[in-house]
Amino acid sequence: MNDLTDLSDLTDPAASGGHDAVTVPVIEHAIELTVNRARVRATVEPRTSLADFLREQQMLCGTNIGCEQGVCGACTLLVDGAPARSCITPAVACAGASVQSIEGFDDDPAMRELREAFRAEHALQCGYCTPGMLMTARDIVTRLPDADDARVRLELSGNLCRCTGYVGIVRAIRRVLEARRARAAAPAALLAGA
Amino acid sequence: MKPPVFDYARPLTCADAFAHPDLADGMAKFAAGCQSLGPMMNLRLAQPGMLVDLRAIAALRECGAQGDAAVLGACITHAEIEDGKVDDGTQGLMPHVARGIAYRAVRNRGTLGGSLAHADPAADWINTMCALDAEFLVSGPRGARTVASADWMLGAFTTALEGDEILTGVRYRRLSPAARWAYYKFNRKPGEFAEAIAIVIDDPAAGTCRAVIGAIDGAPHRIDDARALLAPGADAGLPGRHVEAAGLDADSYEFQVHRVALERAIAIVQRHGRNPL
Repeated sequence: MNDLTDLSDLTDPAASGGHDAVTVPVIEHAIELTVNRARVRATVEPRTSLADFLREQQMLCGTNIGCEQGVCGACTLLVDGAPARSCITPAVACAGASVQSIEGFDDDPAMRELREAFRAEHALQCGYCTPGMLMTARDIVTRLPDADDARVRLELSGNLCRCTGYVGIVRAIRRVLEARRARAAAPAALLAGA
Repeated sequence: MKPPVFDYARPLTCADAFAHPDLADGMAKFAAGCQSLGPMMNLRLAQPGMLVDLRAIAALRECGAQGDAAVLGACITHAEIEDGKVDDGTQGLMPHVARGIAYRAVRNRGTLGGSLAHADPAADWINTMCALDAEFLVSGPRGARTVASADWMLGAFTTALEGDEILTGVRYRRLSPAARWAYYKFNRKPGEFAEAIAIVIDDPAAGTCRAVIGAIDGAPHRIDDARALLAPGADAGLPGRHVEAAGLDADSYEFQVHRVALERAIAIVQRHGRNPL
């Protein structure tokens, strides 16, 4: 069979030697959760990760998948407001939870500042790690307002950038931290007109 | 990779968890944060047919004081300990340890009990609980029992927990305000599993002074009376002899790393009393 588009021998067990077809049971659960502030009802297999659920069932492809073992940080997003690895979190375990993926931050003030800082400081090259980097960066600037560069690097150690563009990423986060600290220190009267 | 097919349940009580029918055939596994089990399932190193998620069981998040002891529920996350949201009573030791576990995104979901039940020799809590001489609180269909620290870990990734039992929490004596402690973890990159862990806890008010050599092949090696290690002008060869007693070959790289870790933990206690903030 030379026709490369004919895959019948791969999909039909009988055509490839007649061995018994293996029936894999499909287990599905109905879940209800919040995705980027919208209520979502869906049916998922327990083996489906949150990352795959978002990408393949919700068509939210901003979450990138790298290592699928919780090491690279590319798939980091917020579950109930806290960063989590969506590649090792089953979607079914997020029933009832509020999930916020990179698509859900258009009007988020901290994320808007970070996006501008990432652009100004060339904090992305290929962009693959960027959604996860932004999630961790947002966690740093909101949870650790006094972080210095050493702390920023420590907190970023769970996000790998294959382009090794860490200097720009650290600079971008520092830029946002400094801007937020300056605003916090400014007298309220000055902010009133801003 | 993706995990193979499995089913999922999220019981609301321990009794419902024990009653799960799939436990009988050994193919069900209790799970909490899934920060170790998740990667293992994705890599297909673990293939449970049923995952029984314990996170919705409120009793597993209960913490409190019992006399001079602290009790921490198994489903408390590393991040909650890091942030001081539970009264751990260890004078800063546990928040310090928690901050060094993996990464914040992992700490937000990974749990104390999950890590202890997983029993990776290079993990932080299994060694810390050994140093605190914690009791492991276990519940199962045959009732509740406690397991002493020394009897908990039988070997790498193997504990005294039966397949149908749940670790519900840990109980340990709170450290007194004057307690000195040091936690020294050696790893190449922050957040990685340790190549060596050394812990020293000196609590004269409680009459205890222990050290632990951790991240070795099996269960942590505890030195029940570590006073000689901390004494001024102590024999410089003593840490190395303890590391040899823990089973490390004196000619090996691992011996060197563990000996240096223990020496540095001792030095922290001697110079600073505790790990500097």
